[in-house]
Amino acid sequence: MTYGKGLLQGLAVTWRNLTRRSVTAHYPDVQPDLPPRSRGVIALQEENCTSCMLCARECPSWCITIDSHKETIPATTEGGRDRSQNVLDTFDIDYSLCMYCSICIEVCPFDALHWSPEFAYAEGDIVDLTHDMNRLREWMWTVPAPQALDPGAEPAKELSAWQAKQAAEDAE
Amino acid sequence: MAEVIDALLRCVAVVAVFMVFPLVVGQMEHKAMAHMQSRVGPMKAGGFHGWAQLVADGVKFVQKESIVPTAADRKVFELAPAVALVPYLLAMLAIPLGPFFGQGNLIGQDLDLGLFFVLAAMSVGVLGTLMGGLGSGNKYSYIGGMRVAAQLMSYELPMVLAAASVAMAAGTLSLVGIANEWEPWWLVAQLPGMVVFFVAGLAELQRPPFDAPLADAELVMGPLTEYGGMRFAMFLLAEYAGIVVLAALTTVLYLGGWAGPFSDDIGWLWTLVKVMAVSFLVIWARVAYPRLREDQVNSLAWKVLVPVALAQITLTTVLVVA
Repeated sequence: MTYGKGLLQGLAVTWRNLTRRSVTAHYPDVQPDLPPRSRGVIALQEENCTSCMLCARECPSWCITIDSHKETIPATTEGGRDRSQNVLDTFDIDYSLCMYCSICIEVCPFDALHWSPEFAYAEGDIVDLTHDMNRLREWMWTVPAPQALDPGAEPAKELSAWQAKQAAEDAE
Repeated sequence: MAEVIDALLRCVAVVAVFMVFPLVVGQMEHKAMAHMQSRVGPMKAGGFHGWAQLVADGVKFVQKESIVPTAADRKVFELAPAVALVPYLLAMLAIPLGPFFGQGNLIGQDLDLGLFFVLAAMSVGVLGTLMGGLGSGNKYSYIGGMRVAAQLMSYELPMVLAAASVAMAAGTLSLVGIANEWEPWWLVAQLPGMVVFFVAGLAELQRPPFDAPLADAELVMGPLTEYGGMRFAMFLLAEYAGIVVLAALTTVLYLGGWAGPFSDDIGWLWTLVKVMAVSFLVIWARVAYPRLREDQVNSLAWKVLVPVALAQITLTTVLVVA
């Protein structure tokens, strides 16, 4: 006897939902509980940036604009050679283009780019979605500490490589 | 003079019920449907759980421009919302709420032919949607109107047959009389009739799962496609007023109306509770069931509801005669 079973199931499902708490997130009233490593906005640690342009070139949507100039650091010792250093003039990310792929962050050799979970930076005009390095630098303060490893997870690659090296040196 | 005041009071009371109850049912639909879908529904309007959402909707509808399509049959198009709405107001006039603290029965006007009057009014209400469909000058509206007509044809019969069964059992067409004659064992004996009446009522109101005439996925909004602003709001109000009328009729005919503990004093409260429970069922059916295809709509009426209603009439006849 399966005739009418679907009708009852329909009632059962809806009744169960009715008696349970709804899953709605009451966002503006209640801040969302974001998962670790949330990709909200890209923050820039300006001091770490060497203007190497890797991020700008790897970016699939060409949303990063970098401009820099060279400054000479005079030699500190008598007869020494002057050194030159890149100084960042412009570091803009156009968030109307950014697709949050995280490639720039992966590619940065100097840990100058980080994910911040801040997500509420909507603007009234699309032009205002291009943020300069001052704004990107401010977001650095919202970058959380790295997420701890899950219990039972294999240790970080750097750590196990270092431990292996120590063991090899002790054996010598 | 006292009679005039009495009549005025009754009219004001009926209009008040007509304005308030559909809104309560509409709000219940908002919230119950939302929670059945794991949402919360309106939360902002009015502050507390969005209680004023429908008031806000109404204010918005009033502000809208009143548009009549060039191709529309202007008079029919403009008259349709009123034709849809007013019959339910008239129907409410004749539906009893029950004893009110020993002050007699709370009813607009106790008619000897109450059941006949209410059923006739409900059918006229559907004509409003039909007029909207045929008068809009829009092919979607037109197809929707055709479906309304087909649905009205199919479901009028089982509805009237089911209602006739109760009238026969009670031996009267007066709604007050029927509710007074009601006995608890009717819950079993008239159960098939009740189901038929309720389902046919749903179909007559074009409520989901019988909203093939509106079917937004295929017909945009059916007969209501070209309507906006206040006229659309009147159609919406008519839908919810229809739910109230259907729920009240089901209560009075099949659930004993004001039957319940202390019914001499708070009988009207019992009626209200039952009306709300039946309205909840109407909403529940909308959330739980997908829309019937047009051919399914008609075959359900002719192949299931009409035979069941006829069987119910036969059963009632046997019970009454025996």
